[in-house]
Amino acid sequence: MKAITAEELYKTYDKGKIKALDGLNLDVEEGTVLGVLGPNGAGKTTTVRVLATLLVPDAGRATVSGIDVIKNPQEVRKIIGLSGQYAAVDETLTGWDNLIMFGRLYHLSARAAKSRAIELLEQFSLTDSAKRPIRTYSGGMRRRLDLAASLIVKPKVLFLDEPTTGLDPRGRQDMWGVINELVKGGVTLLLTTQYLEEADQLADEIAVIDHGKVIARGTSDSLKKQVGGERLEIVVENQHMAATKEIVARISSSALNVDEGLRLISAPVTTGSKALIEAAKLLDEMGIHPLDIGLKRPSLDDVFLSLTGHLAEEKKDEDLALASKKRGR
Amino acid sequence: MHAISDALIITKRQLLQLARVPELILFSIIQPIMFVLLFRYVFGGSIDTGQPGGYVQLLMPGIFVQTVAFTLAGTAVGLTADMQKGLIARFRSLPISRSAVVFGRTLGDGALNIVVLTAMGLTGYVVGWRPSSGFLNITLGFVFLLVFGFAMSWIGVLIGLSVREERVATNATFIAVFPLTFLSNAFAPTTGMPKPLQYIAEWNPVSTMVAGCRQLFGLENQFGATAGSFPSDNPLTMSIVYMIIIMAIFIPLSVRKYNRAVNK
Repeated sequence: MKAITAEELYKTYDKGKIKALDGLNLDVEEGTVLGVLGPNGAGKTTTVRVLATLLVPDAGRATVSGIDVIKNPQEVRKIIGLSGQYAAVDETLTGWDNLIMFGRLYHLSARAAKSRAIELLEQFSLTDSAKRPIRTYSGGMRRRLDLAASLIVKPKVLFLDEPTTGLDPRGRQDMWGVINELVKGGVTLLLTTQYLEEADQLADEIAVIDHGKVIARGTSDSLKKQVGGERLEIVVENQHMAATKEIVARISSSALNVDEGLRLISAPVTTGSKALIEAAKLLDEMGIHPLDIGLKRPSLDDVFLSLTGHLAEEKKDEDLALASKKRGR
Repeated sequence: MHAISDALIITKRQLLQLARVPELILFSIIQPIMFVLLFRYVFGGSIDTGQPGGYVQLLMPGIFVQTVAFTLAGTAVGLTADMQKGLIARFRSLPISRSAVVFGRTLGDGALNIVVLTAMGLTGYVVGWRPSSGFLNITLGFVFLLVFGFAMSWIGVLIGLSVREERVATNATFIAVFPLTFLSNAFAPTTGMPKPLQYIAEWNPVSTMVAGCRQLFGLENQFGATAGSFPSDNPLTMSIVYMIIIMAIFIPLSVRKYNRAVNK
């Protein structure tokens, strides 16, 4: 059973000048996590807005749990949760106030709203800050409260729009932990992200989108295979370049990439940290002390480079389009 | 139906905001009180009203109407802020009535008006305002003011959901309301204006409201160009007609706008 389907979605802004969605197709199997990966302006947020009933597409069809989002938005709203950069909570109110308000808006009784709020605050480690206004929360706490608010009625399908954008590494780690716990509970999740690492951590499958359509789809392993996986990178003094090249060649079976200017030698590796340890050991045996040594994970740019031949551009088209659309109204 | 209970939850949210940040109430009442005092003592001495009790009797209904007319600014700014922060998107993703958020907001702003009008009325009393029409008529006058504020609030909904920034909302509402309240009989008699302007001023809904409230508070009205016409003879009826027109236009437009609202 498909929890989410989207067929040939089109959406243009600014009288057709900007294509936010250009024939987007997507589906998510029930109980799985799909990561939608793409740069700003690729159409990620527009996709979420269509699926979460906030935006009606110009053409195409979409369903959530088999319910048509365009024809029957109110039914869809009963079974989804939405959280993310553009869906927020009331910062003047306390965490408790917010959860009660949203609980009541989901038509829970006063008593049910209270017990659910207590549960959620506990689950997201926010019990101690429940009576403080949200604006005093850290970025990570705010996101957790936001996520909690979208889980009040235990949604069948959850949309998380860039759940960790703007968080520090610690906040991001916490958020990943929380999301992973949720997924174990069996919810179907669609999350958008700009970070390959995030999609890798959380998603069963990844859809890469660019210019309003899906340009690649697969598990993170299969995408990484296309991209080339991790690379070992070593920076050494000039006089050690030759010896280091030999060492790296012994560890990696693929061609080396040498940047003489940066004194950087890199090569794809398949054994992860083992390759790193081995390289460090061999360098040490030779008496070479590298200036820098590390494993580089493929970035969104690497994915885009290998899939499209161009880097992930930061596009502001979508924002601009919406802005001018508003002015027009 | 959940339409009403949903709207009341949104109203409650707004009142909770006031409870959590009491400065919000404080600043909502300081400005109108300041206006009462400034007009009373700056213009009060130089405007000869020819009515017993002096300028303050004419001033108070005018300043009440101006204040409730400005309700639309609060509504607009509040909604623009909710929109910018993504709260509107969150509300729209919930299975609530399509009009709950905007109805709740206008009701909440109406509730704040009760506090504001009370503070102003008390200040007015301190500086010499003495409505002479008896409890029932005075109460009716305040009910009129609250309903007018509620109607104006709907114009604020449309403005608030149409602009992208709070500062724009502030300026847009000021431009909309300021001329309306000054091109009226609220602070000075229209009889001193150039004749063509008198027609505009006296047909202005703010003027019919002010005239209606003066009537309810036991005062006589003066009219210039439109003396003897329907609005001048029946300011209360005319005000009701205006309020119905405003709501009939702006409630459907605002609800529609809300249901298509998407933040940046």
